[in-house]
Amino acid sequence: MLTVKANGSVRNALDGAESVEVTASTIRELLDRLADRYPALERELDAGIAVAVNGEIYRDDRDVVIPDGAEVFLLPRIPGG
Amino acid sequence: MKHDNAYTGQEFKVIGTRVKRPDGIDKVTGRARYGADASLPGQLVGRILRSPHAHARIKSIDTSKAEALPGVKAVVTAADMPVPEGLPADLAHMLENSMARERALYDGHAVAAVAAIDARTARKALGLIDVDYEPLPHVTDVDAAMQPDAPVIHDWLYTSGVDPKPEKPSNVSQRTEFGLGDLDQGFAEADVVIERSFRTEATHQGYIEPHACLANVRPDGSGELWVTTQGPFVYRNVCAQMLGMDIAKLKVTSSEIGGGFGGKTHVWAEPVALALSRKANRPVKLVMTRDEVFRASGPTSSTSMDIKLGATRDGTLVAARAEMRYGSGAFPGIWGMLSCMTSFACYEIANCKAIGYDVVLNRPKVAAYRAPSAPMAAFGVESAMDELAAATGMDPVEFRLKNASREGGQSHYGPVWGPIGIRATLEAVRDHPHMQAPLGPNQGRGMACGFWFNIGGQTCCDLNIGVDGTVTLTVGTVDVGGSRASLGLIAAEELGIPYEQVQVNIADTGSLGHNDMTEGSRGTFSSGMAAIFAARNAVAVLRERAAKMWDIPVDEVTWEDGQAKATGSEHGNLPPLTLADIAAKSPKTGGPIAGHNEVVADGAGVSFASHICDIEVDPETGATKVLRYTVVQDAGKAIHPDYVEGQFQGGAAQGIGWALNEEYIYGEDGRLQNPGFLDYRMPVCSDLPFIDTKILEIPNPGHPYGVRGVGETSIVPPLAAIGNALSNAVGVRMHHVPMSPPRILKALREHARTGPEKAA
Repeated sequence: MLTVKANGSVRNALDGAESVEVTASTIRELLDRLADRYPALERELDAGIAVAVNGEIYRDDRDVVIPDGAEVFLLPRIPGG
Repeated sequence: MKHDNAYTGQEFKVIGTRVKRPDGIDKVTGRARYGADASLPGQLVGRILRSPHAHARIKSIDTSKAEALPGVKAVVTAADMPVPEGLPADLAHMLENSMARERALYDGHAVAAVAAIDARTARKALGLIDVDYEPLPHVTDVDAAMQPDAPVIHDWLYTSGVDPKPEKPSNVSQRTEFGLGDLDQGFAEADVVIERSFRTEATHQGYIEPHACLANVRPDGSGELWVTTQGPFVYRNVCAQMLGMDIAKLKVTSSEIGGGFGGKTHVWAEPVALALSRKANRPVKLVMTRDEVFRASGPTSSTSMDIKLGATRDGTLVAARAEMRYGSGAFPGIWGMLSCMTSFACYEIANCKAIGYDVVLNRPKVAAYRAPSAPMAAFGVESAMDELAAATGMDPVEFRLKNASREGGQSHYGPVWGPIGIRATLEAVRDHPHMQAPLGPNQGRGMACGFWFNIGGQTCCDLNIGVDGTVTLTVGTVDVGGSRASLGLIAAEELGIPYEQVQVNIADTGSLGHNDMTEGSRGTFSSGMAAIFAARNAVAVLRERAAKMWDIPVDEVTWEDGQAKATGSEHGNLPPLTLADIAAKSPKTGGPIAGHNEVVADGAGVSFASHICDIEVDPETGATKVLRYTVVQDAGKAIHPDYVEGQFQGGAAQGIGWALNEEYIYGEDGRLQNPGFLDYRMPVCSDLPFIDTKILEIPNPGHPYGVRGVGETSIVPPLAAIGNALSNAVGVRMHHVPMSPPRILKALREHARTGPEKAA
């Protein structure tokens, strides 16, 4: 079981919850399960979501394995100049 | 396929050397071909008619006279660029930004375009297009746009991120919030509190090369686009989707780029050029004028913000709050949200909250500009940090060091920090001789810090070995800041050959798989990662070929210093085979030797910078001269130090311009007053001192060589560094950027009249 935290617009999509519990072993599983539970997350997924696992930010790689007890943060996807 | 992108601490032979840049001769001799330098037989000249109103309903457009003008081959309006079914909202906004629909949303918004046999005819045709406008109320100021009585620009826009959901539309597209801890408790613990409001005006990226393209759409629906861009693959996807074309049938070729800085991550006139070409059935070249670049391509947000910081008497930062309002131009944006994510990153603050508002205005659609949104937030936070340091009686560098973010600490936007360089940059600033240099009258020294995320993204490349042993590396990220040299060094390092043996080319969209844009300081990070893996694949093939040439098992062949070597007692006496030896035999050992790679380059390392500047203020004119400037930045591994230093210097130069002079000035009529380089004052060489640099190399654990992005972070500190220097020089704290001579004079007079408490 992972404790997933969120901030900014992503937290709004999780009904304002500071953290939610999810069982998932990869980023793909994590986002799929959260999207099932929180339909509003679809809009954020369309806009782009980044997932920080133990501080490393993944914008695109959905196959990343999430270790047990990892710190997982959902963030808006960041553009650049 | 998964790749191990972990940093390995590898020893380097050519990485870190200062080899010659491959594009230098072409660029200084004028041979380099930019966006406007392509031609096709029968090409037409495209020109765009733009709204003179800040906000107006388009009641009708009569193009009949223009179409009847001899030499005019096509006239397009929004009717020729319908919104394809299912087009995502962000692309629909981009399309409407390219060509207005029912309303012109800002001064300069395109309303029609013509393609004609020459520029004179095209200009004449624009004058014959009759647009019937009904002017509407407008708003160009971010604070005014948030007032309850402000004209509401879009009746479909409801603020997201607020509870309860609003029942009425407004100009605020979203509210976002990031933070930690308990703010009330934090401020209750504080002995000293600084609370200030700041404003920054919109600036333009100011790339010297304007947007330019040559579009050629054929009757079968296929097409080509030659264009100055930071991302040909993204331009292809976006333009094809907007115009209902098949992605594979639109080939986009990027020209050399005369600056982008984020402004060429977005399409502006390119869809219009394609629509004109499609209608005229002829190639169309469209080059924006400087006036058009200012009025109709994306500048930064104009901002307004309130910053409140609290510290205990021992200099511990215990609470911080920022409320930041960012204009996004005529369409919703994410710039206020980004300001939240960058604002407090440099510091460890137990209780903090950053609130961002994104606000639509009757201004051009905002686009990314080098570390987008971060410089403005840093201006507010770093100015207040200097005041707080003074209030606690601490040296500003020591105060920042005491509160700097650290590895393992929690960032204000959420995740824990990995290895980061903020402390190292501050220590380097503290110990730099610049900090001890004497200052004269009306001179002052300031420093400030900055942060940017950096990003990775989808990337692929091909590495092909010629029969003479030379190597072609083909990448899909446009070379904005010298990545060809850096990528050539990486290929040479991996293969064990001289840099001069490698040629790096930028692919068109027909020649390589998708690559995300060169944005977010990702060019060398991402394509470098792909080049490493592609070269390692090629080395595997080289070993197989050597094994075949020797007729020994491949397991008994190693690759060292650009040579295949046989190992073991049975084969150890075989002379090594060089890459050229193996390549020469390749036609008879299995054909071409190549390495390919496709990767999602995640793991970009964040970057911090700390800057020092000395300035002198002329009290009679308010003019500020930058006397000395030093950039210290964490680059991760510097692949090509010249280019890294160049990025540091370029970022600082743009930040200095932003700090002192550059601004969009709007009249009461909502029209841009200064759309040209005469009135929009960018710094030139004579305005700037030599910008000294110090590269720190704290390896990024998410890249095999430890590379971080370097292109953006150094535009973040200069606004505040100069503001802090000004305060130290003449005793006035500037709260409004740019700190132009009239604003400084006003502040000096106010200071003389009322003392230093009054803000400027």
